[in-house]
Amino acid sequence: MTLDRRHFLRGAAVSVALVLVSPSALRAAQGTEWEDWRDGILDGREATEGGIDLDLPNIAENGAQVPLGVRIDNPMTEDDHVRAIHVIATRNPAPDIGSFHLTPHLARAEAFTRIRLAEEQEILVLAELSDGRVLAQAARITVSVGGCAT
Amino acid sequence: MSTPRVRLPRSASAGEEIEIRTLIDHPMITGVSSSDSRNMLERFEARLNGDTVFRYDFGNGSAANPTFTFYVRAAAPGDFEFIWTHEDGTEFRADGSVSVS
Repeated sequence: MTLDRRHFLRGAAVSVALVLVSPSALRAAQGTEWEDWRDGILDGREATEGGIDLDLPNIAENGAQVPLGVRIDNPMTEDDHVRAIHVIATRNPAPDIGSFHLTPHLARAEAFTRIRLAEEQEILVLAELSDGRVLAQAARITVSVGGCAT
Repeated sequence: MSTPRVRLPRSASAGEEIEIRTLIDHPMITGVSSSDSRNMLERFEARLNGDTVFRYDFGNGSAANPTFTFYVRAAAPGDFEFIWTHEDGTEFRADGSVSVS
């Protein structure tokens, strides 16, 4: 079962790689609400692009319920673990989608949830590691019916 | 409303990774673009024997009826608590135990 799951995840990672774009969401521009939110998380640190597998559909039929899987290859030990994964929307009414906080009690740096997207946009994910590094990954997603009516 | 559901195995072998899935019925109304007033959960936390193992801080982009899947290392027998905290301070709770051999 674990094997099947791993195969599935590998396949999912490959399919999602096609929608990854050069992260304009990481450019140093400032001034919009989401850029300020991003810069608040970075707190002066430089983010390294890559190292995060995002499992997101290319096209979300329903923006109110968009499945999001995040996975980082990390041993999740006391000395080397992922502390937090922040998910940022670049074209929602508010940039904060949510933040996962992880601990070495977890077997993997992997989690799944569902998010809300108002329209087609780039999603930016920042991962804070225990050694102080920050990883970043962006993905573009098309939204058929926007999900921010509430 | 707000009845939480949690799925976790009853037993595991030492060191095994266990999958935990959670779901709570909640509208997660941001109040941004509707006339309904804001009604949002602020935080979800999973604790194992009193220690935080996983937490999520909800932003406006979190979907209604929040669900999570995550993977815990079964180091020792454990009592899990799952706590959803509303922005008004109300807590919704669920628990479960995993025996480890």
